[in-house]
Parts: sequence; structure tokens; C-alpha cells
Amino acid sequence: MRQEDVSQWVKDAQVAFSTATDLDSLKIARLAHAGDKAPMSLASRTLGSLSPDEKASFGKIIGDGKAAIAVALAQATQKLEAERDKKVLLEEVVDITLPVNRRHRGGLHPISIIKNEVSDFFIEQGYAVAEGPELESGWLNFDALNIPADHPARTMQDTFFVEPVESGMVLRTHTSPVQIRIMLTQTPPIYVICPGRTFRADELDATHSPVFHQVEGLVIDKGITMAHLKGTLDNFARHMFGPDVTTRLRPSFFPFTEPSAEVDIFFNNRWIEWGGCGMVNPKVLQTCGIDTDVYSGFAFGMGLERTLMVRHGITDMHDIVEGDLRFTRQFGVGL
Amino acid sequence: MRAPLSWIKEFVDIPISVTADQISEGLIRVGFEVEEIIYQGSDLTGPLKFAKVLSIEELTEHKKPIRYVGLDCGEKETRYVICGATNFAVGDMIVAALPGAILPGNFAIGARETYGKTSNGMICSARELGISDEHAGIMVFSDSDAKIGADAIEGLQINDVIFDVAVNPDRGYALSIRGIAREVAGSLGLTYTDPVDALRSLKFEETGKGVTAKIEDKSAASVFYLRTMSQFDPKATTPLWMRRRIEKMGMRSISLVVDVTNYVMLELGQPLHAFDKSKIKGGLTIKRASKSQKFVTLDGQERTLDPDDLMVCDDHQPLALAGTMGGLSSEITQTTTDIALEAVRFDPVFIAKNSRRHKISSEASRRLERSVDPSLAEFASARFVQLLTEHSSAVHVATVVAGEPLYPPLVKIDPTYISRILGFEVSHADMARVLRVVGCDVDEKTWIVDPPSWRPDLVGVADFAEEVARMIGYDKIPSILPPRPLHASLTPTQKRRRAVATMLASRGLAEVQSFPFTNQETIDAMGFVGERAATYAIANPMSEEFPLMRVHLVPGLIEVAARNISRGAKDFAIFEMGSIFRSSQKLVRAISPDLSKRPNQKIIDEIFASVPPQAYHVAGLLVGKVENENWQGKARAYTWHDAIEYAQDILALCNLEWNVKRSDFAPWHPGRCAELIVDGKAVAHAGELHPRIIAKYGLPERSVAFAVGLSVLPDSALVRPNRVGTMPAALQDVALIVDEKVSASQVQEALTEGAGDLLESISLFDRYDKIGDGKISLAFTLVFRAPDRTLTGEEVSAMREAATAVAAKKCGAVVRTA
Repeated sequence: MRQEDVSQWVKDAQVAFSTATDLDSLKIARLAHAGDKAPMSLASRTLGSLSPDEKASFGKIIGDGKAAIAVALAQATQKLEAERDKKVLLEEVVDITLPVNRRHRGGLHPISIIKNEVSDFFIEQGYAVAEGPELESGWLNFDALNIPADHPARTMQDTFFVEPVESGMVLRTHTSPVQIRIMLTQTPPIYVICPGRTFRADELDATHSPVFHQVEGLVIDKGITMAHLKGTLDNFARHMFGPDVTTRLRPSFFPFTEPSAEVDIFFNNRWIEWGGCGMVNPKVLQTCGIDTDVYSGFAFGMGLERTLMVRHGITDMHDIVEGDLRFTRQFGVGL
Repeated sequence: MRAPLSWIKEFVDIPISVTADQISEGLIRVGFEVEEIIYQGSDLTGPLKFAKVLSIEELTEHKKPIRYVGLDCGEKETRYVICGATNFAVGDMIVAALPGAILPGNFAIGARETYGKTSNGMICSARELGISDEHAGIMVFSDSDAKIGADAIEGLQINDVIFDVAVNPDRGYALSIRGIAREVAGSLGLTYTDPVDALRSLKFEETGKGVTAKIEDKSAASVFYLRTMSQFDPKATTPLWMRRRIEKMGMRSISLVVDVTNYVMLELGQPLHAFDKSKIKGGLTIKRASKSQKFVTLDGQERTLDPDDLMVCDDHQPLALAGTMGGLSSEITQTTTDIALEAVRFDPVFIAKNSRRHKISSEASRRLERSVDPSLAEFASARFVQLLTEHSSAVHVATVVAGEPLYPPLVKIDPTYISRILGFEVSHADMARVLRVVGCDVDEKTWIVDPPSWRPDLVGVADFAEEVARMIGYDKIPSILPPRPLHASLTPTQKRRRAVATMLASRGLAEVQSFPFTNQETIDAMGFVGERAATYAIANPMSEEFPLMRVHLVPGLIEVAARNISRGAKDFAIFEMGSIFRSSQKLVRAISPDLSKRPNQKIIDEIFASVPPQAYHVAGLLVGKVENENWQGKARAYTWHDAIEYAQDILALCNLEWNVKRSDFAPWHPGRCAELIVDGKAVAHAGELHPRIIAKYGLPERSVAFAVGLSVLPDSALVRPNRVGTMPAALQDVALIVDEKVSASQVQEALTEGAGDLLESISLFDRYDKIGDGKISLAFTLVFRAPDRTLTGEEVSAMREAATAVAAKKCGAVVRTA
């Protein structure tokens, strides 16, 4: 056994591997040059009969030779496998543009989406989200809000009454009774929004629905002013309608606020009435036992359907209330 | 409330340079929404002439009456026109549009051949001129109204700007030109003349005995002016200018007396009522009807009076529904010569009740229920006498007064409060100035303010704050964010609802929101009985179709599904979240505690407790195929277990544990409904809908539904997780033969109980029901794992046998041998 022989074996193996044209011919080459019967394998078996010195020197020569063959084999294998993969996988090509719409698409109702969005916005500002019953006490829905029984303000809202009428129970005409509940059960500072379903006896048409949704906000704290109301509405409007929207307060009348205002937004090049607002009427604070010498507050409220319609350019209320999947699915979960 | 600019200008000095838009913006700035600005006459060009009818030739050969009319238009020759109206006679004055005129709608008038004649113009109706909706015939005038050949555009005062203004309920005074003009002046800083000032000095001679006036119920009216007049010639007509103003306000001219009452009401805001004095027996008294009786209002309707209705009565009977509508029996007629004119400052609540009980919203009641200036009973009735005597032969006989006007009390205000609440500094001088603009007397030393007689709404400092703010301008309010708490979050309940909705939406269900109304037929069709069928009835429902509050979410889902199916949808899944309204508690008579202070806790608790609990549910309806069928092939249909799985997924999402039991529960199929039980309470039902319901509503066969009572779900406990075992698991399969009546969950529970603590999981991997003999085979995989060691074969076998032994004992299960 000589150094030259080993070098020749390595060279033979390298040639054989690199000239193999596919994995099958490589396998034959591998058996011939790296298999049990290969000259290198046979030579290594004779090492045991050598003297310790020879064993050490020849052992190293053979080890190096085997390693070189292994490297050549690995390189050839990798090259030929890559060639095979390229060829075979290309044969497995499919039309990945085939429509894969197997599963039903769901989605949240757009009113839920906008309610979540408003809630998240105000939660980030430190407001809690409060809810209350839809079938509500008339005292909480009207009287406590400074809407006396025979005042024209009560006919501003066509109310659904529940039998027996003497119970005074109504389907709430606004979410304001939730504000009263909060003021009767909590002590200021109060920062809360009340989103929810409300009812008024309006015929369903393109812009009205007897069942609709509002979100109201209520803040009671020391030193709260109308400027805080304006600031909050500006911030809210920008969140809902984009940074370029401007707001305008217009004097108005609500029994539960004094001063009262309508809030308009300038959106898509026109003024649009968005909601009502004002400073909580001291009479309402008194009914709720809040010291008007220490605390003041503001409240605002807007329709969620209206907000949705204005923002998304929805022209007919029927689309919102009918539950047609083709409408709802367009909104996903609103993200 | 309409307000013509020409009328406003009588009381406000408006420079020519001020545009209608500026006036509108001014009104909006001080809180009066201008809903429409009508530029009357802007789309009309003349020549438009007054003309006298000289001759009428009836052309009878046509399907409708056609007249060939000769007109004197102040021209040399008679002008002939064709006219289809018949409400005029020879000698009448009419308005003719001559060739060259253009009427609203770009309608050009020219000479034209029609009905075999040449028509050289057109006789006009009010609607054709765009000045009223009146189209019953052409406009007819008398000689006193206009001269032949005079320009009718000027004569009819067509060119005008009319503002249609929304008036809020607290501003009754603005339901008058007097009030609107004051706001126009105030908003633009112009000079205002109160029309009442000219009436203060009016005195009328007493020439006889007048009808007496009495207020029986002092709470119902403070002051009652009754002016008696006589010698009225019923042939007297309303002057054209007055008629035109009334028409511009959207009302109709009726007769001189009625027109003057309306004119004064529109000008000043005080409703007046004129009685035919000859029909009054004795004097007039304001009192309640006191007993139920029939009464015919002047619209000809017979009404049944409520004993509480406030009436104006003579000594024998009611004559008018006070402040709301007069009675037919005493109305002004074409023979009336003696008149009793009533002007009363009624209490708003009485009039509101009158109006509500009889469903009459009249021009009078609309003003009176919003409160009318108490000084006007005197001045408006004086204005009536002034106008009627000026335009007719009528003379004043006597004026009788009962009661006296009650004015709003003085208010002491803290001017620093106003700046404080508005959020910007307003100087005391500015505050006093603007309060004077709205009509207050202000003592700047004491800040005692005397509100004007027409502002009963100014009672607290907040009311004055609004006046200051609106007159200075809401646009002066700065924009500042309030100090805010640092943190808030959704409540656990709110988070749970949102997570459930998001999960269902992302699993292919579309959320719907249906109206929470139902009807008895639906409740019965669903098979709801007992307390699940009991609900609250709406006293005034939108339609008789849905008079009840819903008791369940599934019927609403079925309705929405049916609508989608009718529009072509086939395979889909929908869900809804919301309240249901089973009448779990009887509604009690409302309590109305005093509002001036916080009610005591017991009262508050009672009010809260009077509101019945309203359960919050989520429900889903799954119809058709689980997946969309397409080139990938057929899909399987939704089936009972899909519905149950959704219900379980909701409970799992809420981190709860549950048991499953078969249930016979509406609206589900009695053999295919699962009840899910948490902490011993049924919280959810799911399965196939009852075939009867599926058939009734035309849903695909075997549609399935689930409903979960979210509001009854307990809070989830804090999770204390087990350590995850890393030792090898041992799998054991067991096949058991049981009676087909034994449920899989019973067998699984028994196996779990018998298997012991080292059982990590158990799952049913096969169910075979073709054995016959009323038997089925259930095959389970049991996974055992010990935390600290590899289990030996003997240990695992022993645990498997312990499991099957309990199953044998509890369920009669026999181990199936291959």
C-alpha cells in the first residue's frame, strides 16, 4: 500500500462521482468507490496487521483519503438531488390561481364594529364603557333627565311604551338613562361612554329606523368646562372621520344639558349634523345628588348608524338593518 | 316656522348689503337651524299683470271644460286666452302671464294656437306662480285688491326670501315674526324695534257691555282678555298684503276675522280665538270639561271630551277646546256681525294635555304648549282690534279682563360661574350687554337679572350661560382635552362578548342585528311555552305585526335567514348577540320621586328593581352546506353536531367546563338537542331545529342552531395549570358494546372515572351502530401518562381494566373482542 495508490483511489472516486449523470449512476459509483468492496475499504481492513508505527502513518493516509471521497460524494449527491428536485417538482405544478373559497366568510355587523372602535378610542382616553337595560324605567329615561311628563320635549321622541302603561316602562329612547344610573351609583370623577341600542317610533326608511344605536359620553369632574367638551369632540371626530375633519358647535336645546349644542362636522365638503351635546344641566346633577358647587360635567351623544352612514357613504338604512350577508361580509371584523 | 324677509324687515333695520345667507348664518349661530331658504320669485319673470275678466266663452266640444276668456289687461285691445279653470266669473280680477313671461319650472309663456283658438297668455293659479301649493283654481281678486294692468309681481309681493326655521321647544317666543326678528337683529348686531312697543298705548273706547270673562281654574290660565266687537260687515275681505303674508307663512286665507287672528298670531306669537258673539249664552269661562261629553270641533269632527280637558265654555256648554281648536257651533260664519275675541295666557301643560288627548297639533297649541309671553294677551288682542277696525266696519264694544299676567321671577346670577362653565373669560360688561340684547334687565352691581316676559325658560344661571354663549358665539369656545384618568378597560363581561363575537365571525359566521320584536304566532310556532313564552307587550307598536318583545334570538335569525335565502343565498351561517325580554317579573306602577334632590337609597333601589332583568344571549343558525361547493367538490351539510360544537366552543372560549345532556327543548328537534350544563345550570342548547319550524319557514332541511345564555355564564376561575408531562405516554384502545340508548358521554364519564388520575385524555374514535340487537359499539383511545416515570405494561393494562370495569358497572358495557 502506498501513498500514490491512495491518491489514485481518491482521484478515481472523484472522477466517477462527478461524471455520474443521475442519482442511479451515482449509486453505482458510490458502491464501487465508497462501498465495502472499494479499494479504500479493503485497504483499511489490512491496517490491523501492521506494526504500530505503520498503522499510525497509513491510518492517517487512509482516513484522509476516505474523508476526501466522502466530500466528493456529498457534493455529487447534493448536485444531482437538486437537479432531480428541479425536474420532478416542476412536473408537479398546479394552477394556484384556482379559487379557494371553500370556507364561509363571516364578519361582525358594522354597528358592532363601530361600537368597538368608539369603545376602544375612549378606553384609551381613560373612559369606562357602561351599558344598561333596553327596557327601562320611564323615570330614568325621562324624569331624571329633566324631561317632564307634558313637556313638548317628550314628544320630540316618539316613545314605545310597554304595558301596563302605568308602569312607566319604556323602550329607552336614548342611552342617557345609563348616565343617570352611573351618576346614582358612582361618585365623581366619572368618565364613561354608554353605547347601546335605542328605540323611537319612526317608520323604517332610508334614513330612519325604529331600532337604532347611540353612543353617549359623560364626564363629571372638578372644573369641567364647555372647552373640554369641544376638545373631546374634536378629538373624537378626528378619530372617526380623519385628521382633516373640523367640528362646529351650534346652540340647541336638550332638557338634560344647559348650555346645549348640536355638533356638526365638516366632512366631504359639507356640514353634517353629527350629534347633540352640552354641559350637564345642574338640575340633572341635583337629582343625582352631585354637588354642583364642586362638580360640573359635559355629555354628548350621537347615532352610530348615522356615523356609519356618513363615514362609509351608506345611503340606505335598510342595508344596515336587514342582515343581508352580502352587506355585512364587506366589513370583516373591521380591522 | 317660516319667516319672510319682507316681514322681518318691519322690525329690524337690515342694510341692503346683508345677504340672505348672512341672515341664515346668523340665525344658525344663535341656535335657530334654517332648514330651507326659499327665494320666492327668483324663477319668475314677467310680464305678469292684473286683469279684469270681460267675457267668457265656454268651449263645450272638449272632454274637459275649456274657456275662451276675454281680458282687460290695461291694453288698447281685449286680450283673449284659453283657460281650463272655472272658478271665476265676468268682472273678476285675475292674474295673467303675458307672452314673454317665464313661470317657475322654466315655463315660457307665448301666444299659441290651442283648442282652435289663439291664446295670448295664461291665467295663473297660485301654484303656477310658485307662491303657494294652492291649485284648486286660478287666483281671484276683487277691485279693491289691485288696478287693471298693474304689475302682479309687485302687487302679490312675490319677490321675497322666506326662511324656514326650526324652533326648539324651549323657545316658544320664536314661533312669531317678533321673535325671529329679535334673533336676526341680535345675531347680526342690528337695531330691533319690538312691535309690541307700538301697541302699549292703544286705548279703545267702551261703547257698550262686553261678554264677561272668567278663569275658574287659576292654575290653567293666568290672564284672559276678552274683546267684544260689533257692526262687523261679513262681506269685508282680507287686504291683499295680509292674505299674501299669511300664504307666505304656509297658511290659507279664510275670512277677514280668521285671517286677522292668524296674522296677529304669526306676527306676535299669541294665538287668538274669535267667537260669533251671537252664539254665546252668557259669559265665557275657562274651566275643565268636568264630565265626558260630545263636542264638535271646527274641523267638523265629533270628539268625546275627557273630564280633564280644558275648555272655554259659555253658561251652557263648552265652546272651544282651549288653546287647541275652536268649536263648530260658535265659529265665525258668513253672517257673523258681533265678535268676541279671546286672548289667554294658558298654562302650557294644560294645552299639551288637550293636544295630546285629542291628537290635535294646531298652530295655537304648538305655541301655547311652548309657553307664550303673558303680556301678549293684552297686546295681541289690542292688535286684533286695531287691524279689524282698520279693515272693516267693526267697532270695539268693550274689553273685559280676568286674572293678570304672571311674569318670570328675578334671578340672581353669579357671572363668574358663566366664564367658568364656558371655559373662556367673558367680561362682565359683555355679559350684561348680550343679556340685554336678548331682552333681560341687568343690574350689574347686584347681578339680579329680570328676564323678559317671553323667556320663562331663563330660571337658573346655566340658562343665562347658554344665552351669553350663543350671543357671543359658540365658535369662541376653545378646544381643550379634560384631565382624564390614566386607565380604563372593558369589563370581563364586555371582553367575553367581544371575544365570542370575534371567534364566531372568524369562523365563518356573519353577525346580524334584528329588531327585538316578535308576535304570538311566532312564539307559538317556535313551541315556546310557560315562562319561555311570556313577554312584555308594547302599548304602541310600530305595527300590529310585531307587538311583543322577543323571547329568544333564534326566531329573528330564522327571519334573517329566510330573507337571505329569498335573495339567493344557500349555504351560510349567521349569529346574533343581544337581549331577550321574557317577562320574568310583573311590572309595577311607576314611582316618581321629587327631582329637586337625590331620592333616598330605598327609592333608588326600588326604581332599579322595577326594571326586569333582560338576559343577554348569543345564538347562531347554520343552514345548508358546511362549506361552499365548487370545483373542489361537494360539501357535507351542517348537522346537529356542528351546532353543538359551536356552543361548546363558546363555553371553552370562556374557560368553563360543562356536561352534555340530551334535551327536548323548543325550538329544537326533540331527539337532536343537546343541553350544556355549567355548575348544574343549563346555559346553552344546540342541535337540529324542529322539522315543523324548518318546514314553516322554508329553511333547508335539517338546519341547525345554537343559543348560549351569556349573561348566566359564571366567571371563569383563575387558571392553575398542571405541569406538562414529559414522560412517554401509553395509548390504550378499548371497544365497548353498549345498549344504543346509552349515551357516549355516559360511557366516557364512566371510563374516565375508572381510569384514575394518570389518564391524560380520552377520545371517541369510532362509533358503530350496525351490530343489530339494539346494540352499538363505541371505541375510545385512552392516553395514560405518569409525571415521573415510564408506565409499565402491567400498570397500563390494570388502569384500562379498571376503566372498563366502571363502564361495565355503570353502563352495562361489554368489552368487544376482535
